Amino acid sequence: MNDREKKENYMTKDTENIIVVKNLMKKFGSFVANDNLTFEVRKGEIFGFLGANGAGKTTAIKILSGLSFPTSGDVMVAGYDVYKERELVKKNIGYMSQKFSLYEDLTVRENIRFYGGIYGLSSKYIKEKTEDLLERLKMKDIQNSLISSLPLGWKQKIAFSVAIFHDPKIVFLDEPTGGVDPITRRDFWEMIYEASNAGITVFVTTHYMDEAEYCDRVSIMDKGRIEGMDTPGELKRQFDAQNMDEVFLKIAR
Amino acid sequence: MRKIKFILQKEFIQIFRNKTMLPMIFGIPIIQLVILVHAATLEMKSIDMYVVDKDLSSLSHKLVSKFEGSPFYNISGSSFSIDEANEAIEKNQADFILHIPQGFERDLMRENSSKVQLLIDGINGTAASLVNAYSSSVIADFNRNIIVDLTQRPQIVDSNPISVETSYWYNPELNYKIYMLPGILVILVTIISMFLAAMNIVREKEIGTIEQLNVTPIKKFEFIVGKLVPFLIIALFELAFGLAIGKFFFHVPMVGSLGLLFGFAVVYLLVVLGIGLFISTISSTQQQVMFIAFFFMLVFILMSGIFTPTESMPMWAQKVNIINPFYYFMRVIRMILLKGSGFWDISREFFSLVIYAVIMLSLSVWRYRKVS
Repeated sequence: MNDREKKENYMTKDTENIIVVKNLMKKFGSFVANDNLTFEVRKGEIFGFLGANGAGKTTAIKILSGLSFPTSGDVMVAGYDVYKERELVKKNIGYMSQKFSLYEDLTVRENIRFYGGIYGLSSKYIKEKTEDLLERLKMKDIQNSLISSLPLGWKQKIAFSVAIFHDPKIVFLDEPTGGVDPITRRDFWEMIYEASNAGITVFVTTHYMDEAEYCDRVSIMDKGRIEGMDTPGELKRQFDAQNMDEVFLKIAR
Repeated sequence: MRKIKFILQKEFIQIFRNKTMLPMIFGIPIIQLVILVHAATLEMKSIDMYVVDKDLSSLSHKLVSKFEGSPFYNISGSSFSIDEANEAIEKNQADFILHIPQGFERDLMRENSSKVQLLIDGINGTAASLVNAYSSSVIADFNRNIIVDLTQRPQIVDSNPISVETSYWYNPELNYKIYMLPGILVILVTIISMFLAAMNIVREKEIGTIEQLNVTPIKKFEFIVGKLVPFLIIALFELAFGLAIGKFFFHVPMVGSLGLLFGFAVVYLLVVLGIGLFISTISSTQQQVMFIAFFFMLVFILMSGIFTPTESMPMWAQKVNIINPFYYFMRVIRMILLKGSGFWDISREFFSLVIYAVIMLSLSVWRYRKVS
């Protein structure tokens, strides 16, 4: 997908906000992991959540996906309040953690069936959709292989497919491409675009600045705060930088 | 409820795919039951005795051969010196010394009474009192015959006008094994279920899959039930398997209703699994689980009454046993199997465990956090 296409794609998307965060604070003792975050994510966009290691990205993503309580602030995800309606939030989101989340001792098919099952999908639907998915991933031959026998890149692709198997409104990806080769990373981003075109809002954290260019909008975090938020093009203009790398270095220093 | 089905399916696939699991489920009970039941016995066989016979008379020979003739004793040495005998005790070559002083026969003939001395190694108090009891009865028996021999009177004139006829109920041959097997089986079933359940959840914490489960809309009780049922089934299977071993290899009588036993076992296992799950919710690594579970196991097992009757423990220990799940099942399995107790005989234990199970399971559902 080239830049122009991407832009058009973005412009035609709904501008309704699907994530609304106001004055989000998260403290661990005296350490402030998220300092007064305020941002919105629009429905259908690919929102990049950038920052160095330890900037507070994972903390924020855990709050948004209902894994962790905020200390204070308002957080609405998919129209639900993360304080009171956490289970409804969970029904409507997918999540792929930094830590590897498939069962190594189950096969590809068994993993898909299990996660589909606990989202409450019917066995028949799971079966049909699994066939479809394996076809698209070209993983028919390895459907009965144990996850432990597969290379990391494949595991990541399967983990992502599992995270969006129940057709969530939003998918949270926490450093999904950590440790994989550039080609697989490209493939992975193709999958992200596919999901986005299917109407799923993508919220992705990364510290690869080249990946930031693939996002519709990015926010850059440093020491728990959001220091810049806009489209990649606008940010480059704003910080007078050639690429996102430079933007990032200017903010982080 | 449908979600529970998927969790169960996944757990069973994982359990049976794990290569160490099947040997554990089948191998450990066989080995433990066969070895432990034989090993964990309080019966004394082959007591090593050391003889110091300073009299060397025909009566002292008779006394010694009386011991020799018993299946419980073997003579590990003899000498005329009490010092050498003591040395044998110090080297653990003898359990006790039979000391027959010079003039034993003479005194008996002249004064109608004489003395022998038993010097018993008292390090193991239980064993020492058993040796004392056995040996005293051998000597008493000898004594009776002596009186008959010396006085040449018929045996009817017994010095004890009242004699006690003992008959033992429920275990007439006082076979220690049929007492021990149910007890060891309880320990086995408990260890397997508690450890497997506790380790299972913590393993998911360690590899990170628990987080993936926590972002799903799964309910806490669905999760807990899904984690509990597989181990409940495995433990019940273990119990059945262990009982079969007991039946065919040890001929353990099964007087009571097996249905009642298994019904009780389900409640018991809910308590044990509840404890296991609770431990897993307060631990974050498998090591922590091992330490905590091991600590409680050890205390609970030693206090459970597997070897010694709990009634003879101090009052505070009996109070502590209220929270000792082993204590209840240890009693009840023996009551049902050996005595044929019915539901009303075990109802106190049953309802205590029901309350206990409700408490433990609520605690673990409450402690299990989907959100940090």
